[in-house]
Amino acid sequence: MIRKVTLPFGHWSLITGHWFAAACLFGHVVTAAAAPVVSPPGAASCTGCHAANAKIETGVPRIAGRNPAEIVAAMEAFRSGQKPATVMDRIAKGFSDAEIRAIAEWFGAEH
Amino acid sequence: MKPRTRSRRNFLKASLAATLLPMPALAQNQPRVIVVGGGFAGATCARTLKRLVPVARVTLVEANSTFTACPFSNGVVTGLRDLRAQQFVYEALDRQGLSLAFLPATKIEPQARTVTLSDGTLLPYDRLVLAPGIDFRWGSPAGYDEAASARMPHAWKAGEQTLLLRRQLEAMEDGGLVAISAPPNPMRCPTGVYERASLIAHYLKTRKPRSKLIILDAKDSFPKQRLFQAAWQQLYPGLLEWVPLSNDGKVISVEPATNTLVTDFARHEAAVANVIPPQKAGVIAQAAGVADRTGWCPIDPATFESPLQRNIHVIGDAAISGAMAKSAFAANAQGKGCAAAIALMLAGETPGPGKLINTCYSLVAPDYGISIAGVYQVVNGQYVDVEGAGGTSLSDAPQETRAAEAKYAAAWFRTITAEVFG
Repeated sequence: MIRKVTLPFGHWSLITGHWFAAACLFGHVVTAAAAPVVSPPGAASCTGCHAANAKIETGVPRIAGRNPAEIVAAMEAFRSGQKPATVMDRIAKGFSDAEIRAIAEWFGAEH
Repeated sequence: MKPRTRSRRNFLKASLAATLLPMPALAQNQPRVIVVGGGFAGATCARTLKRLVPVARVTLVEANSTFTACPFSNGVVTGLRDLRAQQFVYEALDRQGLSLAFLPATKIEPQARTVTLSDGTLLPYDRLVLAPGIDFRWGSPAGYDEAASARMPHAWKAGEQTLLLRRQLEAMEDGGLVAISAPPNPMRCPTGVYERASLIAHYLKTRKPRSKLIILDAKDSFPKQRLFQAAWQQLYPGLLEWVPLSNDGKVISVEPATNTLVTDFARHEAAVANVIPPQKAGVIAQAAGVADRTGWCPIDPATFESPLQRNIHVIGDAAISGAMAKSAFAANAQGKGCAAAIALMLAGETPGPGKLINTCYSLVAPDYGISIAGVYQVVNGQYVDVEGAGGTSLSDAPQETRAAEAKYAAAWFRTITAEVFG
């Protein structure tokens, strides 16, 4: 019942409810917040430069809360070399269309 | 002992509860995870795990209540920054509900699943994360031990050593020789040596222009080499010399009394000698039995769990993470990946391999930045470069790009330290 979304991109992307289910089975009270939601492959690294906290002053564009279509478009343009960049051209080349879409949706959902 | 505030109370609550409650209930309901080491890897992992699994009882064990960051510390060495700009405290982790124990871990018993602190406190865990960073192989080069480092600083763990090297540079007379001894790989921050050399050369050029800098290297190549060497030729001609392994660069022994570095065929008596010794995983990793014969810690890349000891994960500089450099960026990325894997394992899932990124900036002058990036995936149980991705800044990039990368470097430091400690 807690398992809401399953993204098809590897196990780090699963939203898990087993532990919650097991806890229910044994009668322990655990809040729904206990279900871990983990990011799709690659996404966790992004916030090393793209600050999750809006208060951080940085020239690097924010991606948390951005429209996923914009993130996908930017990544595709970086990957093809259409959009000039210092590092993002080199990084975008490491991700497939499906991976980029999953990352974009993750950050689009305000993570 | 110094008085402790809320951190100490959380910590006491944690150990008290651990003694009173039956273990199976705890393990099932409130899994206990201990993270040893509060740097970029460990602090990230502890915070991320607590966010993913709020009921988990996460304890961070760290010897120092103030963290001093290595990235950008070359700016401190060369007078561009204050050491305080490198220092961070753990208040935000305390507020987040983590238990903090500011004591060294002295013993780990993988069978009993306990961590012993220096005051004798015994902490039980369901899963343990080791993020101990590096320790030095004292005695290499011959004669270089902890006492020698008070005369010939390594400045490869930021703090008092960073300030010592700075004071020595400031006290040096114009015309002096600065020598840097660089160790073989694997090492923490492999490009940091050449950034340090660059910024020292910048300091000498502007303050003590008759001086000279020599890098005695136990390696024949290094990352971003062409970019560094082109910049050196442009900015510091005749001032900075790099001596590779194949040209008698390896320092065999040191003589602290005369500040002399000895190679196979030469003796270099320096006014300032910065000896960066060969390295290994932090000693607690050896004590826990998770380091192999190389002195570093093998991992399962999907979970960062040690193949040598079940329920112990290793992240950051101490881990053998394939093609990933030992950088703060990599440590932070691994901390998040490891936390996600542990969250899944606690929920009975089997984590699959993730994908990681690394980005490392170096300054060759205060307004001249270069970078190297990589994207990593798991092939045959190890992180390898995704082909066609990653690489360095362009060799023919205009000055505006170099200036922009210097700004991005500073932005990166603000961002990552805010994520880990803010």
